[in-house]
Amino acid sequence: MHVVTFTRSTPDTAAKVWVNDSGEVSWGDVATVVNPWDEYSLEETIVQAKSGGGASTVIAVGSELHNDALKHSIAMGVSTALRIDEAGIDMNDSLVWSALAAGAIRKLGDVDLIIFGKESIDVGTDQHSCQLARRLGWPMLSYVSRIITADYAAGAVKVEKMLEQGKQIVSAKLPAVISVMKGINEPRYPNFLGIRKAAKAQIPVWSAADLEVDLPAAATTALRYFNPPAREVSTEIIDGADVAAKTAALADRLLEEKVL
Amino acid sequence: MSVFAWIETVDGAVVSSGWEAVGAAQLIAEALGVDTAAIIFGANSAALAAAAEGFGVARAIICDAEALSQYRLETYAALLSKLVDERKPAAVVAVATSQGRELLASAAADTDSGLISELVDLRVDGGAIIGTRPAYAGKVLMEMKSNTPTAFVTVRGRAFPAPASGAAANTTVESVAPPAIPAQLQTDVEDLAAEIGSANLADAAIIVSGGRGLASNPADAPAGLSGEAVSIWKAKDGFANTLKPLADVLGAAIGASRAAVDAGYIPYEHQVGQTGKVVTPDLYIACGISGAIQHQAGMRGSKIIVAINKDADAPIFKLARYGIVGDLYDIVPALTLALKKRLR
Repeated sequence: MHVVTFTRSTPDTAAKVWVNDSGEVSWGDVATVVNPWDEYSLEETIVQAKSGGGASTVIAVGSELHNDALKHSIAMGVSTALRIDEAGIDMNDSLVWSALAAGAIRKLGDVDLIIFGKESIDVGTDQHSCQLARRLGWPMLSYVSRIITADYAAGAVKVEKMLEQGKQIVSAKLPAVISVMKGINEPRYPNFLGIRKAAKAQIPVWSAADLEVDLPAAATTALRYFNPPAREVSTEIIDGADVAAKTAALADRLLEEKVL
Repeated sequence: MSVFAWIETVDGAVVSSGWEAVGAAQLIAEALGVDTAAIIFGANSAALAAAAEGFGVARAIICDAEALSQYRLETYAALLSKLVDERKPAAVVAVATSQGRELLASAAADTDSGLISELVDLRVDGGAIIGTRPAYAGKVLMEMKSNTPTAFVTVRGRAFPAPASGAAANTTVESVAPPAIPAQLQTDVEDLAAEIGSANLADAAIIVSGGRGLASNPADAPAGLSGEAVSIWKAKDGFANTLKPLADVLGAAIGASRAAVDAGYIPYEHQVGQTGKVVTPDLYIACGISGAIQHQAGMRGSKIIVAINKDADAPIFKLARYGIVGDLYDIVPALTLALKKRLR
């Protein structure tokens, strides 16, 4: 059996990110990390491949920037990494992205389960996972907080999903695509052997032609990035003789603001 | 031609943010000079279509077939994609809830359409729909355009108001049959355990949120606990007996920082921030939260932020409209009392 996961490099969560004078998104010289939501999907990929006695593969669709996330994935314990890169097209467009990703899954041929992190913080969306499932004609189970059973021989999976209204138990046939939430597991830290393996890893790069994919035109265009308007707040630190006076003053302010 | 607005329902009732999709769809429809069609699937959809009339919706397309009585991605996506293929709407709009996001992503893929998601603002320029959306966890914004004949759009909850009711229209209601779906795609919902008493953070108008500071609870932990277990007990007691009463007075939801969740003080469902939920309430009261950049990414869009923290230098005060420097275990109970008196 074979479990595949997709990942991306994103700026460190604590990094300041801004749009520079040329209109480009910048995070200075801060290092990129593996997309924070993918820590959970990588861990789950390793766990599921081990329990099913199969192989694990991590794929990034994008530029060389994403090699860092792929190396981190190998250091954690995923067996193989691949990158898909196609010049001259917006690979962030989710229809282009999912066409390339589906081509890679078809080329691998033997995939039982694809695991995504909930979303990617750079592009800020989770549509890529759903669109890959539709292109493959596989069921999609989003926002999974627990895999209850995964029976690779019988081709069935049962999961707990986290929705606004509560938790839902859903079963589906394999192959399937799932996206996982924080809390599904405790992601491991790479160990010394893993880091050494990652340092030596050669990552193959596939193009659309290698995948025999007819690329669609990008369905969306990113027109411009810009900095959010500065939050114009003048902070009033409420003082008073004692706690009762301070909190009474705060309660009055909140009533005046008409937010209660 | 129409703009479709998908109205999300649960158990035959519209979810609290459901009509916001109509609000956003009407903005697009008016700019394009077309009408708005409410798309309502599931149990009770005929009755809900009558409610759509009160929101000035020209048409409603409903399906209350047994196969669609409860939301399932595969059946709902199959019908929505079929309707889009047949009728070529200018746009399809939904609120970016868990279900709205996956449904529109799936139908956009089926119909090779552009999807611009999580919009906080939108405009129509020369017939093109252009949305403003957060990227890099809200640290920057971007404008994105759909290039396809039908544009799929999801909007952030609370970013677009539901239309005022009362603008009655002569809504034409049309009932459609669902397409069959392949056996491979059939999923089976075995159980839904609703979380009782956990208000939905994304919809909440007021959020009371707690951080690592909750562990400095003066209440004595039971004998026998030691080390980290003492902090966990104290923080849980603080969420239940100090923050919850304030939330109850205000009808607020309870939020938390990542530090509080990772320390085991409160379940992950409550986390606000970069790896939690992004919220935009009218009022956000941060108690014992320092305001790390990861937390700010989830709450900086709140209208009024109140910070209660012992440390006068905590970054949260830079975002806050009002702040009180002090121990939350002194301030919050007194604030609860002060608000109770005024709101009675």
